[in-house]
Amino acid sequence: MLEIADLCKKYKGFELAHLSFRLPKGFIMGLVGKNGAGKSTTIKSIMNMIDFQGEILIDGCDNVACEKQMKQKIGIVVDQPFFPTLFTLRQVGKYAGAFYENWDGDTYDKLLRRFGMLPDKKVSELSRGMGVKLQLAAALSHQARLLVLDEPTSGLDPVARDELMDILMEYIQDGSNSVLFSTHISADLEKIADYITILSDGKLFYTGEKDALMEKYIIVKGDYKNVSKQLKKELIGIRRYGDGFEAMIARDRYLFYDEDLFQSEDAKIDDILIYAERSAAS
Amino acid sequence: MVIVIKNNSNVPIYDQIKRQILNAIMSGEIKEGECLPSIRGLARELKVSVITTTKAYNDLESAGYLLAVQGKGYYVSERSNEILRENLLQQIEEHFDQAILLSQRAELKKEDLVDILRNLLKQGE
Repeated sequence: MLEIADLCKKYKGFELAHLSFRLPKGFIMGLVGKNGAGKSTTIKSIMNMIDFQGEILIDGCDNVACEKQMKQKIGIVVDQPFFPTLFTLRQVGKYAGAFYENWDGDTYDKLLRRFGMLPDKKVSELSRGMGVKLQLAAALSHQARLLVLDEPTSGLDPVARDELMDILMEYIQDGSNSVLFSTHISADLEKIADYITILSDGKLFYTGEKDALMEKYIIVKGDYKNVSKQLKKELIGIRRYGDGFEAMIARDRYLFYDEDLFQSEDAKIDDILIYAERSAAS
Repeated sequence: MVIVIKNNSNVPIYDQIKRQILNAIMSGEIKEGECLPSIRGLARELKVSVITTTKAYNDLESAGYLLAVQGKGYYVSERSNEILRENLLQQIEEHFDQAILLSQRAELKKEDLVDILRNLLKQGE
């Protein structure tokens, strides 16, 4: 559904370097990384909102060469709804209906009702959560195949986040739609994401199945004097405190060391992010 | 069939799903030939990833408990109870093996070992 090959983008003081990943049809991918890691640059490139090097295919179409088709196929949810703020929700429906070929006004009305939004409300009067829902309603009404959400859960309360996760699961039910969403709230991802892509300082740290990621790394802690030269090379993002240390390590590498010397525990997505960042910074 | 996911459990989620489906088959709650919820439907209900429910179903299918019918979904296989029983028998044998090994270490006579089993069975009644 979405294929990114060798995406590069340079800003002053920041570089997104050779990013490649793919998201198959029918699945949900979480894009994670700390602020400034390159998430928004990636999303803006997918939307063809900025110039970039590399290739981005959406449902087999190049997103620059077939920009018109691409806009029909993607639904986007960003921080601020991109609709004119003085429009009522009813007017938004008319406006979007003129732009999208596959616009379904009935679906739009139904979704507004389901989300508890009155058609006479103005875009400017919407709360953060309502703004997200309005964009979702628009995306689902023009039969978007790929839903791209930039930090959709930040600023939403837990109940609204749960509702959003439910809508996303419903969206991928028939297996023909995909979701890419960036977030730094990993609890959402740990539940519903099928795939995870981790960016660290403009570089790809991991892309692949979430379950494989959770199995790939573990956290080890213990006395630093027990760390051999060999082991030191395998540790990712080591942090020392007093005589002790903690670090991340690939589970299949850790097998070669004396497990009795150290404590180990499963790594959560947050942990992986923190250790990857620490490793990139050192 | 009710499947309950514990998020803070040490057991991986796909394994939790597998175990609970097996329990439901064993207790007769779902019967041979019965259709299971779809992979995507179950993922949505449990709020877990589609890959997780796919893995659970695939594992159960390759072990012979489920049958995948193209375009229709997953069914409890006709042989599922038989396989479950075979598995249980195998586990019983393994435990007995273990007990025999321990009895040899403790230099217990065969009759005494059998007596222990008899007593335990009596207590269980």
